[in-house]
Amino acid sequence: MLEQILFYFFGGLAILSAVLVVTAKNVVHSAVFLITALLATAGIFLQLHAEFLFIVQLILYAGGIMVLFVFVIMLVNLDVSLHQVQFNRQWWLGLLLALVLGAHLVIAIAVGRSGLPLGQPAPAASLEPSTQLVGRTLFTSYMVPFEIASVLLLVAMIGAVVMAKKQRREAGAKQ
Amino acid sequence: MTGLLESAKPFLLPMLYAVVIVLVLPLVAGYIVLMERKVMADMQVRLGPMRVGPHGLLQPIADAVKLLLKEDIIPDEADKLIFWIAPVLSVTTAMLALSAIAIGPVFQIADLNVGLLFVLGVSALGIYGIVLGGWASNSHYSLLGALRSAAQLVSYETAAGMALVGGLLLAGSLSTKEIVATQAGDGVWFIFGAPVGFFIYLVASIAETNRAPFDLPEAESELVAGYMTEYSGFRWALYFLAEYANMIVVAAIATTLFLGGWLRPFSSTPAFNFLDYAPAALMLVIAAYCFWRVPKQPVQVQKGFLAVVGLLFMGLAAILAAPLFASAGSLVAAAKPGLHGAFWFLLKVTLYIYVFMWLRFTFPRYRFDQLMRLGWQFLIPLSIANVMAIGIALVLHRESGWGRVPAFLLMNVLTLGVAALLASAGEKKEKAKNEPMVGEA
Amino acid sequence: MIPTGYYLFVSLALFTIGVIGVVTRRNVIVILMSIELILNAVNINLVAFSRLVGSVEGHVFAIFVITDAAAEAAVGLGIIIAYFRNRETLLADEMDILKW
Repeated sequence: MLEQILFYFFGGLAILSAVLVVTAKNVVHSAVFLITALLATAGIFLQLHAEFLFIVQLILYAGGIMVLFVFVIMLVNLDVSLHQVQFNRQWWLGLLLALVLGAHLVIAIAVGRSGLPLGQPAPAASLEPSTQLVGRTLFTSYMVPFEIASVLLLVAMIGAVVMAKKQRREAGAKQ
Repeated sequence: MTGLLESAKPFLLPMLYAVVIVLVLPLVAGYIVLMERKVMADMQVRLGPMRVGPHGLLQPIADAVKLLLKEDIIPDEADKLIFWIAPVLSVTTAMLALSAIAIGPVFQIADLNVGLLFVLGVSALGIYGIVLGGWASNSHYSLLGALRSAAQLVSYETAAGMALVGGLLLAGSLSTKEIVATQAGDGVWFIFGAPVGFFIYLVASIAETNRAPFDLPEAESELVAGYMTEYSGFRWALYFLAEYANMIVVAAIATTLFLGGWLRPFSSTPAFNFLDYAPAALMLVIAAYCFWRVPKQPVQVQKGFLAVVGLLFMGLAAILAAPLFASAGSLVAAAKPGLHGAFWFLLKVTLYIYVFMWLRFTFPRYRFDQLMRLGWQFLIPLSIANVMAIGIALVLHRESGWGRVPAFLLMNVLTLGVAALLASAGEKKEKAKNEPMVGEA
Repeated sequence: MIPTGYYLFVSLALFTIGVIGVVTRRNVIVILMSIELILNAVNINLVAFSRLVGSVEGHVFAIFVITDAAAEAAVGLGIIIAYFRNRETLLADEMDILKW
């Protein structure tokens, strides 16, 4: 009973925040609503007995990636952006196509429902202790993707630093 | 309805603990502010607050009343929603972090099995309180201060996390109860296994809580007051409360992981059982000091207050000593682990916070680029080296059969060598930067 | 016990809203944020199925997705800053230098 209340709360909060992200006029408000959506998703992870992913979502996504977003929003702050039109000219076509995509996915799941046992999930005991299991799997079966992911992060870091760096002025001016 | 009540029963005791923390935290934070002012005064050879209450003991209450009654000013073009929510966010994340920490073997709101990482993650969320507060003030000083503060927090978060990982390798679990249980089982606190990790965490936690010498974003001589500039009255009080609550959280994490949590010193050696009387003895000493100072108070009311405080400490001493003198197996004796554990934990937290204050009044402030260089180019490589060293020490101890002391001693000495290397490389760069260029006067 | 289908519904809703954000908004930062919504929807899906099957491989994949999201956000925002420094605009339909 409590579980259902929590699920409806987190799920509803996630969807509501997502709608607000897409429709808010002020970019900073959009970012705040995205943080809320990410926290609600973290709550959903916790309900699915994925504690390690809950923590990773909290630390990395809500506490790292979104801080980056908020930083950049404040650096490229434009007061005029509040008075500009927020939606592009083909918004009706985009909305229609996105809804068609959504309906497509719903139909795909509904039609293929017999193939997937979408009823009751497996007992939670098989997923605990989440941290140790994930760590073991990550370092044994998925070692190569793990290393590639770290190389990817290194490349992304270097790329971001190079691109965001101010161009050096001509020689003679001491920085 | 009954289903709801049944499923809510396991939450009642934690909710009680949560209410206690929410009510007690502002008071405790206020008294830590008083402690800071008294310690600052002591180190600057003066007396500090002495008027409000005996020896200034009622100063936090006076401050709280003043802040509550102040006018609530909101800047003209400020974003009202975010202006309102930013201090609330700071305080909420600070209090949330306290929920995963075990103040004794009994008093803990939630024993998460990812407890330590939860506190780290929630502290990462605390950055938003600062950044959004600086943004919503619609003022240049606030925004710059907020961005600087957030950059500092993010930089030192990584170093703090890696330093904690060094301790976690020794603990083998992320749950706070199990970490302390492992220290009890091993008989040695983790600070002796990973001292370099402890010091990295000390420095990183000072930067995480925006304390001096890393307090550039909020020092009074810089950028007015940084992100707190436009906040007045109760909102400012919330930010202040959040900062001191963060200090308590960080101290609690360090205590749990490195200083043995709620364990008495030498908890597994029966020869030191006389230390069980230390809590009550300490309270009696403080009570005696209070009574001794009563005649020296200038005003009658303060004499009365100080006597009451003395009686309070005697009551605490009685509470702490009762389980030791009660018959074994009775309810009173069963309270011993909870009470004494809480006492030792709070004592260690207080000592850690005292070290914070000591460092604040000893070192000059870091410049912002020096601060960032220290975080990225010294602490992060050092903490990674620390993790590797602890890992190698554990392998040497557990697999290759080395003794505990030689393995950890060797690896910690090597880590110190790495630290010396990094420090000398950093000094060279700093010297090269500060040298005048060729051609200048 | 919440049936897995409910989680799939939440994931689907987030995905669709994210797609709407990507194709409808003009501000590139909001477009990037909608992409993050899409990635989150995928994560919920992965973890829900991982719980259904009872293995942690879904969790591992979700961690990789989060890692990729971080890398992509960093690089994307770097590009936005560099572009903003040159052209002073953040609107997708005004970024049309390559149009003929």
